[in-house]
Amino acid sequence: MKTILFIIQKEFRQIFRNKAMLPIIFVLPMIQLLILSNAASFEIKNIKFSYIDNDHSVTSRELISKFQASNYFNVIESFSSKKVADWQMQTGKVDVILEIPNHFERDIIKENGSNLSVSINAIDGAAAGVESVYISQIINSYNQKIQTQLYQYNEASYIRPVNIVTIPSFWYNNTLNYKTFMVPGILVLLVTMLTLFLSSMNIVREKEMGTLEQINVTPIRKYQFIIGKLFPFWVLGLVILTVGLTIAKVVFSVPILGSIGLIYFFTSIYLLVILGIGLIISNNSDTQQQAMFIAWFFSVIFILMSGLFTPIESMPQWAQNLTLLNPILYFVEIIRMVMLKGATFSDISRPFFIIIFYAFALNGIAVWTYKKVN
Amino acid sequence: MSIKVQNISKSYNKIKAVEAISFEVKEGELFGLIGPDGAGKTTIFRILTTLLLANEGTASVAGFDVVKEYKAIRNSVGYMPGKFSLYQDLTVEENLKFFATIFGTTIEENFDLIKDIYIQIEPFKARRAGALSGGMKQKLALCCALIHKPKVLFLDEPTTGVDPVSRKEFWQMLKRLQQKGITILVSTPYMDEAALCDRIALIQKGSILKIDSPENIIKKYDKIIYDIKAKNKHQLILDLKNYPSQYSVFAFGECIHYIDKNSVFNSTDLQNYLLEKKHMEIEISVSNPTIEDVFMDL
Repeated sequence: MKTILFIIQKEFRQIFRNKAMLPIIFVLPMIQLLILSNAASFEIKNIKFSYIDNDHSVTSRELISKFQASNYFNVIESFSSKKVADWQMQTGKVDVILEIPNHFERDIIKENGSNLSVSINAIDGAAAGVESVYISQIINSYNQKIQTQLYQYNEASYIRPVNIVTIPSFWYNNTLNYKTFMVPGILVLLVTMLTLFLSSMNIVREKEMGTLEQINVTPIRKYQFIIGKLFPFWVLGLVILTVGLTIAKVVFSVPILGSIGLIYFFTSIYLLVILGIGLIISNNSDTQQQAMFIAWFFSVIFILMSGLFTPIESMPQWAQNLTLLNPILYFVEIIRMVMLKGATFSDISRPFFIIIFYAFALNGIAVWTYKKVN
Repeated sequence: MSIKVQNISKSYNKIKAVEAISFEVKEGELFGLIGPDGAGKTTIFRILTTLLLANEGTASVAGFDVVKEYKAIRNSVGYMPGKFSLYQDLTVEENLKFFATIFGTTIEENFDLIKDIYIQIEPFKARRAGALSGGMKQKLALCCALIHKPKVLFLDEPTTGVDPVSRKEFWQMLKRLQQKGITILVSTPYMDEAALCDRIALIQKGSILKIDSPENIIKKYDKIIYDIKAKNKHQLILDLKNYPSQYSVFAFGECIHYIDKNSVFNSTDLQNYLLEKKHMEIEISVSNPTIEDVFMDL
């Protein structure tokens, strides 16, 4: 026990003595949390919108004014011909071209309908999809409006069509504030990445410096060394969580409905999983560079398959099965459930026990692969 | 016997690092492994300090088998690797305290053993190990290797990269430790240090060529070595190599060491040959053989 305490003391001393490391550990994640939470939005705004109005009628101008009124669209300009507009799309100055055909107004009144042509820059497919939805929403609502108007014009006695209007109610995040949704997720990423990187580089650093060889000839026990080395990073992980939760509450006003104690309890076990992965990486690499690349490999896969940026439901089945191995997935799920939904222990018991299982399995492998003798 | 090595072989993926090595070190002996870089010295150290498992053969240190009783060995040996391997970001005192603690002892308990050495670095005890000079680092590493009062001390190239004065001091310290009953196995590529050991093993390409005391090794050397000097040293080596009865020619400090095939050697003949090759200021004299000469001949 005395030995473990002494190693922990030594480890903290080294961390705090490393002047470049302190800001990396504490300041960088906070900057990331502040920047990413404000920037990583799924809302698509400032769409560069342009139009070609071949009709120049009241109806066409009214339709364009709908786009001008929307805060998702920046109406850049109108073009005289499709050719000019296409060229502007090619140079990247516009994202969306709406072409209103000749006799638009006349066709609507006389023939009860007309066609519009919409061209969308689909280099970013996801964005194009969202843009298309926005555009059809605007056109649909406009369509309904003129329908009612036209009926009124033609036959005052005509029965107004019955419209079924749905008013959705968004539970757990009723203003659809994406920050409420993203901040807990990004916080999870930061806690994970930082502890993974630090722990995977830590023992390998001793290997690189040659100090591990000196340690290995001492009678120190495996478990003493490993606990002594990893405990400080476990503490650091919880400190980062604390700072992150504070920022989430104070800066982003993210609700914390569930028990904070439950979040800490889960995180403390989750960190064991991450430290175990870090230790396995450390054991299997010879230099810090190697360790860093392997840690990167895992963190990129973990992050992109965590459901944070792309919904897991839309992944192919094999990828969905693979995500079940991803510890970040469970952490993101749990922290959102506890913070936004006020979930209690019984609600999260399934992912909780999975994480406990991982903690045991990974640390078992880690201790087993750590060898004092070659 | 303090260290016993029998037929130890180790290869790293088909490349043989050491092959069928055997030697013994008596208790309280200062034993040197002398050989060039890549001879397999570090491999032997790593096997004996239980960091590496040999492919074949057995070895014991302080009476404990290196495979079965490795735990006992780790408690009773001190190891100083060739590369400085203490925590550069901890101070001198913290490093020493750290190693004392993980060996389950305290600095005070064995202070008399390291006192002579520690006194020299004590003025810098609050300085970080990384900021020490090469000689100071060696002294600190030696203190850390001694803090648990080991029975056997392994020093892998302790004086590589250390200035001549510190090297000399270092060997004096080793002699004093030896008097305290500690068995010391030391490796070095410097032939002049070999003469300071009780016995040495000359090692090259993973095999031991000779084991004896330095005096005996020199005494048993039967060839006569000539120091030859001339103005144009490079041309001199080339011309000597073309001399019909040459046995070996190599540069040794400021002169050339020359050995003749014939036991009866007439230096005037060689002098005439060199004069013919237009060499100037030729000096030929008999030299005292050193360990290096013996080694070059093996």
